[in-house]
Amino acid sequence: MTTSDTSSATSTTAAPDPDETPDPHSLAVMAATAPVGNGVGDYARNYVSRLRGGDMGSLPAVTGLIVLVILFSILQPSFHKLYNVSVLLTEGSGPIVIAMGLVFVLLLGEIDLSAGYAAGVCAAVMVRLMVGYHAPWPVSIGAALLTGVVIGVLIGLLRAKVRIPSFVVTLAFFLAFQGIALYVLNNGKGQQGNVSVTDNVINGIENNQMPLWLGWLFAAACVALYAAVKLSASLTRRRAGLSAEPNSVSALKILGVAVLVFGMVYVLNKDRAINKKAIPQNVNGKLELVRPPKLEGVPWVILLVVVLLVVWTFILSRTRYGRHVYAVGGNEEAARRAGIQVDRIRISVFVISSFMAAIGGILIASNVKSVSVDNYGGNTLLLAVGAAVIGGTSLFGGKGRVIDAIIGGLVVEVIYNGMADLVKGTNGSAVQYVVTGLVLMLAAAIDALSRRRAGAAGLG
Amino acid sequence: MTDQPLLQLRNVNKSFGPVQVLHGVDFEARAGEVVSLIGDNGAGKSTLVKCIGGTYTIDSGEYLFDGAPVHVRTPRDSAALGIEIVYQDLALCENLDIVQNMFLGRETTSRLTLDENAMERAASETLASLSVRTVKSVRQRVSSLSGGQRQTVAIAKSVLWNSKIVILDEPTAALGVAQTAQVLSLVRRLADRGLAVVLISHNMLDVLEVSDRIAALYLGRMAAIVDRASVNQTQLVELITTGRSDSITGVPAGAGMTGASA
Repeated sequence: MTTSDTSSATSTTAAPDPDETPDPHSLAVMAATAPVGNGVGDYARNYVSRLRGGDMGSLPAVTGLIVLVILFSILQPSFHKLYNVSVLLTEGSGPIVIAMGLVFVLLLGEIDLSAGYAAGVCAAVMVRLMVGYHAPWPVSIGAALLTGVVIGVLIGLLRAKVRIPSFVVTLAFFLAFQGIALYVLNNGKGQQGNVSVTDNVINGIENNQMPLWLGWLFAAACVALYAAVKLSASLTRRRAGLSAEPNSVSALKILGVAVLVFGMVYVLNKDRAINKKAIPQNVNGKLELVRPPKLEGVPWVILLVVVLLVVWTFILSRTRYGRHVYAVGGNEEAARRAGIQVDRIRISVFVISSFMAAIGGILIASNVKSVSVDNYGGNTLLLAVGAAVIGGTSLFGGKGRVIDAIIGGLVVEVIYNGMADLVKGTNGSAVQYVVTGLVLMLAAAIDALSRRRAGAAGLG
Repeated sequence: MTDQPLLQLRNVNKSFGPVQVLHGVDFEARAGEVVSLIGDNGAGKSTLVKCIGGTYTIDSGEYLFDGAPVHVRTPRDSAALGIEIVYQDLALCENLDIVQNMFLGRETTSRLTLDENAMERAASETLASLSVRTVKSVRQRVSSLSGGQRQTVAIAKSVLWNSKIVILDEPTAALGVAQTAQVLSLVRRLADRGLAVVLISHNMLDVLEVSDRIAALYLGRMAAIVDRASVNQTQLVELITTGRSDSITGVPAGAGMTGASA
C-alpha cells in the first residue's frame, strides 16, 4: 500500500528548512554554460566556505602533524635526528598500509577490527612457508597476499550476505585470527609465537635503501607525475569550456609537493648512521681501523607506499568502481536504485582491506625481521584505525581518501615515536597508549562534530 | 500528434496474498501531458506506480507501451523502455556532487577512467535545457543544496537519459512555497519537451495547477479520470474521499480516457 505518510515525514527532515534561501533566484548563476569565477580569490573563498561547512578534509591532521613535530623537536632533542626520521617512516609503513585498506571499509561506514591480526595471519603464512617449507620469497609473499584475499572474501560474505554487523564479524575474527596466527607460527619446536625472517629480500623492503641517485630520480618522478596530473586536468577542463583551478594555485601546490618530496629525499640521502667513528676491527688477521658502513638512502618501503597510494587513489577517484564505493557509503538505497551491486561493493572493500593488511603484515615482519603475534595485536589495529580517522576519513562513511591514511599514520607514528623517549621509566608505554587513545578520540570527535555542524548549517 | 497513449494499462489487478490492492485499474499517460494520480493513503497509488516501474509485476491485465504489449518484471525492464521514477526520498547521495549524482550508476567512461568533463557538460546542458537556474555550480555537493534544489537535481537526473515517461512521487511534499512553484514549473517544462509526466500528489492546488488530466484512485479502483478543465478542488476531494462526485457528469472510470483522446 502507499507509504506516503512515513516517507514524506522522512523527506521533510531530509530537507531542512532553515537553509532555504529567501529568494532562490538570487543564487541565479547559470550553472550550465558560464564557468564559475576562475580567480584565486574565488578559489580561496570556496575553500574557506567548504571549511566552514565542516568539510575539513585532512587540515586538522596536517596542522596536528606540524605542531607535534615542532613540539617534540623542542622537548626531545633526539627526535629530529636523521636516524629517527627514517625509523619513523619505516616503522609507520606497516600500520599506514593497513590503514589504506581500512579507508575503503570506512568509506562504506563499516569497520574492520580484524585487520591487525589478519596481517598477522598473512605474515605467519609467509614465514612458515619460508622457514618450514623453504619456499622462495615470491611464493611466500604470494601465499600471504592470497590469504589476505580469502580472509576479505570471508568477512565480506558474512557482512553482505549473512548480514552480521561488520563490528561483530571482525571482532570475532580479531579473536580467531590471533589463535590462527599462533597456530601457524607453532612449528612444534618450541618456537611458538615468534619465527625469524631470514630472507634478505623481505627484510630488505624495510631495512635496505635505494642508491642515492635512484632516490633523487624517485623524487623527480613523484613531482613530475603530480604536476602532469594537475596540469593535464586543468588543460582538458579549460579546453572543454569548464572552470578549472587557477594556474597560480596549481603551481603553488606543485611547488609545495616538490619541496616536500625533495626535502624528504635530501634528508634520507644523508648518512644517518649513529656511530660514524672508525672502530678497530680484525681484517684478515690484522687489526685495522674500519669505518662502519654508511646508512643512507631512501628505504625501499617508501617506494612501495607511494605506489600503493597512487594506485588506490586512482581507483577511488578515477574509476566507476571508486565512484560506486563513495555512492554506497553516501546513500546505500540511492546506490541500489542506480543499479549498483551494493553487496559486491561491500564484499570488495573487505577484500581490499584484508589484502592491504597482508601487505602491511609483511612490512611489519620485514621491519623487525621476524613474525611474532605480539606485533599484530591491538596496538597495530589501533594505529591503523587511528591513522585513517585522524587523517580525515569519516567513521560514518562516504568521506575519505587514501592519503588520509598516510597523513594520519604519520601523526600517530610521531606521537608514538616522540613519546617513546619522552616518558622515561616503566610507565612509558602506558602513557603512549593513553595519548594515542585520546588522539583517536579527538579525531573521532572532530569527525562527528564537523558532521553535525554540516547538518546544522543545512549542509548535512 | 498521434492518438496513441505512450503508456496504457488496461484492467490491471494486483494482490498481495489475500489482499487485492488494485481492482481492474485502467490508466494511461500521453506524451506532452501531465497526468496526476491522486487518492487517499492506501488507495493504491504507490502500488500502481511500482507496477509501472517493475518493482511489482501485475497479476493480470494489459501493460501497453507505445501501443504494444510489454512485460515489465523488473525496474531494469521499465528503465529500458524509458520510464524513470523519481521517488519521494529522492535517492541522491549527499556526499557526491550534482554531476556525480546525475550519472550515478551510468557513468561515462573513456579508457576505463571516468570522463568527468563529458559528464559535467552533459549535466550542465540538461539543467540549462530545463531552465534550471537555481544551482550555483554543478560541482556542488548535494549536501549543500536546499530541498527544492535537490528535487530539481532528482528530476533533471531522470530526464538526462532520454526518458519518455517520468513519474514523480510527491515531488513537492517537503518544499516551501517558492520552491514548490519552481518544481511545478519544471514539471510543466518536462511535458512541454514532449515527455509523458505522471505526478503523484496529495496537494490539490499543485494538481490543479500543473495537470492536463487527473486520475483518482479510490480503494484500489480508478474512480475517475477527468480533464483538468472540467473539475474543481471540491470535486477532487470528493473523488478522493468517496470515490465519486455527483457533480462531475459523464465521467465514470475509464470513460475519461476515451473522452480525452477524442
